[in-house]
Amino acid sequence: MTETSTWATKKGLAQMLKGGVIMDVVTPEQARIAEDAGAVAVMALERVPSDIRAAGGVARMSDPSMIEGIMAAVSIPVMAKARIGHFVEAQVLQALGVDYIDESEVLTPADEVNHIDKHAFPVPFVCGCRNLGEALRRINEGAAMMRTKGEAGTGNVVEAVRQLRDVLAAIRRLQGMREDELFVAAKELQAPYELVRQIAAEGKLPVVNFVAGGISTPSDAALVMQLGAEGVFVGSGIFKSEDPARMANAIVQATTHFDDARIIAEVSKGLGAPMRGIAMESIPESERFAVRGW
Amino acid sequence: MSAASMSAASMAAAPGTPVRIGVLALQGAFREHLETLAGIGVQGVPVRLPRDLAGIAGLILPGGESTTIRRLIARWELRGPLLDFAASGAPMFGTCAGLIVLAREIAGGEEPILPLMDVTVRRNAFGRQLDSFETDLAVPVLGDTPVHGVFIRAPVIERVGPDVEVLARLDDGRVVAVRERNLLGTAFHPELAGETRFHRLIATMAAEHRDRADGSGHRLQATRGGAAAGSSSAA
Repeated sequence: MTETSTWATKKGLAQMLKGGVIMDVVTPEQARIAEDAGAVAVMALERVPSDIRAAGGVARMSDPSMIEGIMAAVSIPVMAKARIGHFVEAQVLQALGVDYIDESEVLTPADEVNHIDKHAFPVPFVCGCRNLGEALRRINEGAAMMRTKGEAGTGNVVEAVRQLRDVLAAIRRLQGMREDELFVAAKELQAPYELVRQIAAEGKLPVVNFVAGGISTPSDAALVMQLGAEGVFVGSGIFKSEDPARMANAIVQATTHFDDARIIAEVSKGLGAPMRGIAMESIPESERFAVRGW
Repeated sequence: MSAASMSAASMAAAPGTPVRIGVLALQGAFREHLETLAGIGVQGVPVRLPRDLAGIAGLILPGGESTTIRRLIARWELRGPLLDFAASGAPMFGTCAGLIVLAREIAGGEEPILPLMDVTVRRNAFGRQLDSFETDLAVPVLGDTPVHGVFIRAPVIERVGPDVEVLARLDDGRVVAVRERNLLGTAFHPELAGETRFHRLIATMAAEHRDRADGSGHRLQATRGGAAAGSSSAA
């Protein structure tokens, strides 16, 4: 019997992306540069997060014709973003045939209570999280891949590091608990007990976990890989740098050879200026993307 | 070859003679292959640089993105060493993107990556992610129990050369698993389905290769040198 869009194929595509770099692109030309540089997938969107941050207003799903243009330009998987809770944007993206949907806090949420019921879609979803509880709620809703949110469009890796450490430390704590302590742990994480138990037993999330939001140099990518990320999303960090093709390639190399400092040094030479970064203290709470989603 | 496959189907790598199998770890699902090898008691070794090929008797090329893996093979000068490794007779097993890496021809005009196996493969032959699927496949060389195939944006084998043995087809006849001498390739992912028989097969082939190498000292050195020279002139 042949079955399409099974859990194994949804989760499996993310497994094939591991150890790779997924790059934000806004045009077919950028998509080709990303593919040539070794990206494992591209995220098609209208503006990179730093421009969304600068523009303000409501950020929505991209124009379908732009997404189709990018799908036609490259042979690697194409992802696209829908607003949190906006299941019709997700239906539209699925109808276009994108390979993965990112229910993303970088866009303005459409629902302040509910996320999309991702089990209801044949297309797989990736979702952001800041901590283990949030990750498990998204997985329970059907996310087949996770990424920590970081703080997109800042060029500052500090939130990505904090959140990845949070997720992994929480998993280690669960592993050390007695069976009878997991019930309360589930309550405190606000996560389904069955998933909590599974993670306590296996010591890892049941889906692939990437890092996003603030990666802007090869060393940033290697840092989160050494901490335990399974791959990286790079948004503004590539096409807001001085030499995007070289920066993209260098981040790809550093993600593969994340534990070899001599190689990271080699690929980091003469890359030109990375994107300009923003200190967290200068971003008011109300303008932070990571607090969107719950 | 049927003797090798029979023994592979019925037993693990020969006990007491540990054999190390490399897994190309540039990008993709290499951890799943390392875990599958560990599960059958075979030591797996991640391979990222040419020096990592020392001391391994076989190599698995995992699924991932072939465009990315192509670039990383070129950047770290793995192409020559991988061609020499294949020419030495060591077994190599490519799954999905790994099959594309091994293919002598890629439909649509892309340059081949390691032109080794006399097949033509087409990337993303079934369509996009929404067309990814699972199905059971008959693979007679592995025994009567079907193989559960997980196909993710999978390639298909459109042409097989005269020396290539077809190991599995879809119901519509399209070829999805092949073997040519020391090279194995599947369009699907045994490592995602808890399927260990392909890994047992390559472990058995690797043990045989290693024993041949141990047993025939100088003669093999000469063969390996000659084969390596041949491969680099072809490259």
